[in-house]
Amino acid sequence: MREISADKIKNTVKELFLKANYYISSDILNAIKEGINREESETGRDVLKQIIKNNEIAATKKIAICQDTGLAILFIKMGQDVHIVDGDFNKAINDGVREAYGKGCLRKSAVTDPLYDRINTKDNTPAIIHLEIVPGDKIHIEVTAKGFGSENMSALKMLSPSDGEKGVKDFIVETIRKAGPNPCPPVILGIGIGGSIEKAAQIAKKATLREIGKQNPDPRYAKLEKELLEDINNLGIGPAGLGGRVTALAVNIDWIPAHIASLPVVVNVCCHAARHAEAKI
Amino acid sequence: MGQTKKISTPLIDEIVKDLRAGDTVLISGEIYTARDAGHKRFISLINEGKDLPIDLKGKIIYYVGPTPAKPGRACGSAGPTTSYRMDSNTPPLLDRGLKGMIGKGLRSQAVIDSMKKNNAVYFAATGGAAALISECIKSVELIAYEDLGAEALQRMVVEDFPATVVIDCMGNNLYETGPKKYRK
Repeated sequence: MREISADKIKNTVKELFLKANYYISSDILNAIKEGINREESETGRDVLKQIIKNNEIAATKKIAICQDTGLAILFIKMGQDVHIVDGDFNKAINDGVREAYGKGCLRKSAVTDPLYDRINTKDNTPAIIHLEIVPGDKIHIEVTAKGFGSENMSALKMLSPSDGEKGVKDFIVETIRKAGPNPCPPVILGIGIGGSIEKAAQIAKKATLREIGKQNPDPRYAKLEKELLEDINNLGIGPAGLGGRVTALAVNIDWIPAHIASLPVVVNVCCHAARHAEAKI
Repeated sequence: MGQTKKISTPLIDEIVKDLRAGDTVLISGEIYTARDAGHKRFISLINEGKDLPIDLKGKIIYYVGPTPAKPGRACGSAGPTTSYRMDSNTPPLLDRGLKGMIGKGLRSQAVIDSMKKNNAVYFAATGGAAALISECIKSVELIAYEDLGAEALQRMVVEDFPATVVIDCMGNNLYETGPKKYRK
């Protein structure tokens, strides 16, 4: 049994949200730079250059990459031999979010009751926490500051098993075609296939965090990712939706076992400002 | 690709008529911030027959909810939010003289029709370029709705704010013509 203090968890969460909001990860930056080389549209190239310049300014001045600093979402792998001391786990995470968004000049975008009150909680809590218990005595924390311009363009469909690969592809491509300029292309897509309605969505969100360039280990899914990326880039939407060849930077598919009657598919759309960071404590 | 044009507020009819979908512009002068909650309040005032907190004639509204400004900076990060959420509340503002909107993403046919009728223009700023855009915001002043936090109505003085004309006053739409050129 290893003891980890709630304070350490709080500070780690705080640092991760600050890092995610100020610094874009190098795989995404490289993918955008590479996009400039293959973008045929001059306007599209200009947009990609603006995005790179934006990320440089944010990093240098330690200001938010995007004004939508998102809802605070965390994927936590908790070692079963960890004992949390001197505090409450959920409170520590929310305190970390509160401190990052308060001291880091990040926008507080969370509202209470979504239908009637919509009153801002003023500290960007509550965080959305996905917790998994794993062997070991460490805590792996991965955070994402998820913007909702792109989240709003996400979609779910409960396909039938007979819809097969074509049904999956058609749904995903159509989702992005309809979204057009709205989710701030070039986008990164997390696709969750299988499971139940909520699990498919959860693995889709997790898939948006995958390092660009890494493919699904199953060659059939890797091929599907590649084909989807090509189909989506052939839509012509382009950077900022103004027309061009670079509409998506990555299509990341993850799957889980499904019910005999169903083929759930979730498309979680993430903008080019895919802000995430991770740490192990 | 169109031309790059430097324009200043107020947006008079002659400026609007000269802008075409595909032009890139550098906007200088005063612009006003409002998004979901601000638009809802505008429409409530209009429905009650009351005056709005600002006279919309010749104005530009920027759909934005900035982050808090760091000490020493005029404004926090301030990129555009997605415009379609303001669509249903937009034609009454165009009828009251609003000439320009800065946002990102698709607009409804009703908004486009109202823009044609009222000789107005829709600009897109690059979504996610919020730190870059904040560099051209020189000052920010609260006008109304402080309780809305990031959604408050504010006056921004901007210098060479980079944007693209997406829908012009003739109804030409770069979101349709641009992607068509690159579709395979």
